[in-house]
Amino acid sequence: MKNLLKKDGVQSFVASLICILLGLLIGYIVLLFINPTGAGAAILEVIKNFFHYSKPSLQLKNFGNTLVKTAPLLMCSLSVLFCYKVGLFNIGAAGQYVAGACAGIYCALKLGWGWLPCLIAAVVCGAVFGVAVGLLKAYRNVNEVISGIMLNWIGLYLANMLLSSVKEVASPYTLHIKTEAAKALLPSLGLDKLFNGNQYITLAIPLSVLLAVAISVILNKTKFGYELKATGLNRNAAKYCGMAEKRNIIVSLAIGGALAGLGGALLYLTDYEQWLCTGSSVPGMGFNGIAAAFLGGLNPIGTIFSSYFIQHITSGGAFVDKTMYCSQISDLISSIIIYLCGFVLFIKYAMNKVIASRENKAAAAVKSDDVPAKDADETKGGEA
Amino acid sequence: MLLLIQYTLIFASVLILVALGGCISEHSGVINLGLEGIMVMGAMGGALMLRGLPSTTSPFVIVLLTLCAAILVGVVYSLLLAVACISFKADQTIVGTAVNMLGVAAATVIVKALNTAANPDDVSSAVQYAGTKKAFLLKIGGFEFNWFMLIALIALACVYVLLYKTRFGLRLMACGEHPQAAASVGVNVFKMRYAGVLISGALGGLGGICYILAGTSEWRFENGVAGFGFLALAVMIFGQWKPQRIALAALLFGFFRALSNVYFGFDWLVNANIPGAVYNMMPYIISLLVLAFTSKRSRAPKAEGIPYDKGMR
Repeated sequence: MKNLLKKDGVQSFVASLICILLGLLIGYIVLLFINPTGAGAAILEVIKNFFHYSKPSLQLKNFGNTLVKTAPLLMCSLSVLFCYKVGLFNIGAAGQYVAGACAGIYCALKLGWGWLPCLIAAVVCGAVFGVAVGLLKAYRNVNEVISGIMLNWIGLYLANMLLSSVKEVASPYTLHIKTEAAKALLPSLGLDKLFNGNQYITLAIPLSVLLAVAISVILNKTKFGYELKATGLNRNAAKYCGMAEKRNIIVSLAIGGALAGLGGALLYLTDYEQWLCTGSSVPGMGFNGIAAAFLGGLNPIGTIFSSYFIQHITSGGAFVDKTMYCSQISDLISSIIIYLCGFVLFIKYAMNKVIASRENKAAAAVKSDDVPAKDADETKGGEA
Repeated sequence: MLLLIQYTLIFASVLILVALGGCISEHSGVINLGLEGIMVMGAMGGALMLRGLPSTTSPFVIVLLTLCAAILVGVVYSLLLAVACISFKADQTIVGTAVNMLGVAAATVIVKALNTAANPDDVSSAVQYAGTKKAFLLKIGGFEFNWFMLIALIALACVYVLLYKTRFGLRLMACGEHPQAAASVGVNVFKMRYAGVLISGALGGLGGICYILAGTSEWRFENGVAGFGFLALAVMIFGQWKPQRIALAALLFGFFRALSNVYFGFDWLVNANIPGAVYNMMPYIISLLVLAFTSKRSRAPKAEGIPYDKGMR
């Protein structure tokens, strides 16, 4: 048990669990303050999400809907994660997501392209937004958080402007891709049958999971990934070792942008949602991606689960009793969780300290009936 | 033209207040990326106070109470950032981002809860304050003077004196440059950093209420403050962490932001037939350009963003 807790992966998992539980607890307390009578039921609705329905067929369909939105979220969190490994905080993922969504919708509705070229266009546009941040960071020393935020807003207004040309006459939303540009609709690969004929289930879901695995392999098993991580740990040391640290920064942001951009297209090309051309706030998907990335312990595989969890509670927020609470309660919970993720280092530190002090005590107990030389070794192990 | 000047001044006031907040916090060594969230929360405090007060209250009392509410909420909310970043040495970027998201979410939830409690059919996140808002305005001819313009000016003078002319300010800046050296001569780095973040919370809260009062007579909290907290950080970098230069930078940014509000008042701008979205993008594009040209030789406080560690050299 003790040895298990010493492993970094296990510690990350435990720390994330603590964050989730504390986040839900604080959310529950907030609900209690707003209206004490329905707080328990509301927090249960958030946790239950699609189990809200009693019929298995409806459950399955709504589970599918949650998955449809998990795919873009996973892409955004992979984008954040990938850049974070290179020491960059890609808050611009939200803007890259918008750029990708815009490119996908525009190419589908205006230019009448098929789904694959649309996806490629989204990837390219997302990457362009990422590269802009990367160039500014590498050559002009601009803080990537601030330039990212600026590009988020530029992207939003740009998307609103471009997509106004393909919007419905009577509403501020863009046209339905299903009816207007059916060939841009992502292929379902027959997966929709698994989810009780949920038409929005497409290749997006398996693709995003595959990409998570691919990112994991790139980061952990390739020379390229090693160089990127080295640049993240110490830019100057990487440069000293002959790595092109500026190129690494730009490339990582390009990949991050491409991932987030693809995420945007993966959602909108299922026709699950239409773009709102008068929107005045940047879609929250990119910001939730930050939550998912940190909650997943900055591990691509962990991110798959944390993305699902964040989307699960976000979708669950829609089921709370609207006469008492609003659906933003799940935004509140996920932002509390991100806040708590800031304490992950501290939680790990505390865990290590407890383990170390226990081992020291055990070592001291052994000391009385053991040879001194071995004891010295053990204390050292405990400290390390 | 008068309208353009009016809007430029009011948006510049917002940016000055918030950028000064960021400046003080960074001089103490903490990057306050949570300014956006602090603005939203401060705005919420002020707006709720404005709505709660009867419109028969004397204007002076209204202004005073609103400012106090905004400052108080801003300070309390910035404690979240301070505790995490200073006492628990958390990553300042993550916590700042979380504070931003939390600010919008919490303000929306709180306002909606209050609205629904007052009237079960009302599920909007809007706060109206049409009656009491007039207390902040003073008509001088066609020009609508807003008390916040004066407040921003006072804040500017205060921050300048505080940073450069007082013992506290110099110690604060020492903590942002080399905290270990400051500690070696008996300055309590933790206290100083708390002071820096809390003052930035107060200024951020003020900026928030100023921002929402610049617009219409109601505010929807779902919308947050449209990246103004980050624009203020860009202003601060452009101003090279110096109050007087921050003020000039804020005027420039305020001008471009104001243009998006009033461009249709100028015939030649309307004739140019540029889509409105371009004007909306302007402040952000300008700030990117400005940052690209000023960040290279930036004189940021050396120890900003690094949690204070007594044992480090």
